[in-house]
Amino acid sequence: MPGPTPDPPSGPTPGPAAKVVVWITESTWPACVDAARVWAPHDDIVLLHVSDDEVAAAAHHAYAGLLGRGHRPERDPGARLEALSGTAAADLLEAAAHRLGRPCELLDHHGRVERRVVRAAAGAKLLICARDGDRTRPGPHSLGRATRFVVDHARCPVLLVWPRGPEGPDATEFPEPADLPEPADLSEPHEPLEPFEPLEGEGSDPPAPPRPHRPGAV
Amino acid sequence: MAEAVSVVLLLGVLAFAVVRPRRLPEAVAAVPAAALVVGLGAVSPAEAWRQTHSLLPVVGFLAAVLVLAQLCDEDGLFTAAGDLVARACGGRPRRLLGGVFAVAAVITAVLSLDATVVLLTPVVFATAARVGARPRPHVYATTHLANSASLLLPVSNLTNLLAFTASGLSFTRFAALMALPWVAAIAVEYAVFRRWFAADLAAVAHVPGTDERRPMPVFTVMVLGLTLAGFVVTSFAGVEPLWAALGGAAVLAVRALFRRRTTAGGLVRAASPLFCLFVLALGVVVKAVVDNGLGAGIGSLLPDGSSLPALLAVAVVAAVLANLINNLPAILALLPVVASAGPGPVLAALIGVNLGPNLTYVGSLATLLWRRILHEHDTEPGLGHFTRLGLLTVPATLVASTVALWGTLWLIGG
Repeated sequence: MPGPTPDPPSGPTPGPAAKVVVWITESTWPACVDAARVWAPHDDIVLLHVSDDEVAAAAHHAYAGLLGRGHRPERDPGARLEALSGTAAADLLEAAAHRLGRPCELLDHHGRVERRVVRAAAGAKLLICARDGDRTRPGPHSLGRATRFVVDHARCPVLLVWPRGPEGPDATEFPEPADLPEPADLSEPHEPLEPFEPLEGEGSDPPAPPRPHRPGAV
Repeated sequence: MAEAVSVVLLLGVLAFAVVRPRRLPEAVAAVPAAALVVGLGAVSPAEAWRQTHSLLPVVGFLAAVLVLAQLCDEDGLFTAAGDLVARACGGRPRRLLGGVFAVAAVITAVLSLDATVVLLTPVVFATAARVGARPRPHVYATTHLANSASLLLPVSNLTNLLAFTASGLSFTRFAALMALPWVAAIAVEYAVFRRWFAADLAAVAHVPGTDERRPMPVFTVMVLGLTLAGFVVTSFAGVEPLWAALGGAAVLAVRALFRRRTTAGGLVRAASPLFCLFVLALGVVVKAVVDNGLGAGIGSLLPDGSSLPALLAVAVVAAVLANLINNLPAILALLPVVASAGPGPVLAALIGVNLGPNLTYVGSLATLLWRRILHEHDTEPGLGHFTRLGLLTVPATLVASTVALWGTLWLIGG
């Protein structure tokens, strides 16, 4: 991997077409969409999902590794996983767009997740992504492999938010990690610019109660 | 001379099986190769016949289990299991992983690793997508457990069926000796997966809606349970457990035919007759290689006895051999050497050939190299992540399972 091109300290220069890219990942995406609503209320939003090719490839190779089975293509679990992941990604993006509640661009990529995200977000005004860990455990391991890579190598500013799953506790309910150093100024995020009303029928989960949202910014 | 020819033929058969030019069935190369080793005198016709004759019940058993798994899938057993796991996990990916481990371990043990790889993996992916969890840990778990959870029963893996026949153990004795090694391998895999995928598993998922409930096919589950009971009964009655498998498959097949859910052609395809033919032919070719020198070579490499170091050595050699020539030929080559030493070394060899394939994602290093040479222009994803996971779990499961086997042998005797 070629090393990241470090941006000048002054930050990147967003071009006229600079957009805010929201990286939609399974389970942590609602927090990213909420963050986009709060922190980028007037920007053009791109919802980006990248399907992990390695997952389908692992299934395909596990099948290919079964010696002598004839390997009829219609039985290849890798092919079935590819089809399933296409549907799953489309569903996820649709749910995310619904939660965002305003026109946006949907990008459905597949490949090596972290690299595709870095490439797709190059030149963006902002990339919004979520931590992977649960907030009840403070510590350095709140970034998964892919998120770690994206945070390290993204060529645009990154907003990293705490995940808040559809059923997760409200951001304010998280225990304050006692053994962390005193939070800096960022621990007091801006008030939401416009509190949002809950959207109807978000997937199959029970509707979230209406509440003003305080995103945890990092 | 006979040894050189046999080795070349075996490598040719294996290369053909990996490359599969023009998608031809693997038997296309294996059957002429078997005929050739007999024709050249590397194996006498009587020996070849004896080998084929001893493999016939194994292959029949295999075909019955393949049909059973296919019919269970068509009855919705796998989707129902996925649904059960999705509900039981309560939106927590860690519990989802536990559920996937449980289902994959049981399906692999009862319906063989083929069922897990081909039929369960898509269900697991769909289940993860349904609850909004990241699919990677769960899909990787399924592919890993297809190998590491295939230790328990003779039907779990074709290698087990071969060793089971050679060992002279009863079905229940085999299961009793392999229960702890099976649990040990799964426990090690689970511990590694929980740490390796900690970040992915910490995120929150959601509970699937009630409108998507998939009913459990009760009749199919009962037939499967009775088949398992049949394995125990036949083993105590001194009858081939093959008949229990055939019985279970026949009941489900007749029902599916009656309900027009399947056709006679579909049943024949599910039994994979060409795969069965390939196994028989491979058996003859491997016999030629073993009888003409490889057997003595392996024999000099392997220690005698059932001490812990000896069992570990057998397991490691078996795992290495499985990576060099694939697990099926590896166990065929090892069995004549270890069978006389008693159940300990046979089962240790089995642990090696069953766990070793997790080292690479294609079942063996040899296959990986072949694929790399042939598909170097393809833009295949790296899968380095998967390989590192295998490097971590294979040595750990190998040691844990072999120690568990040694403990079991010490407790209940061979």
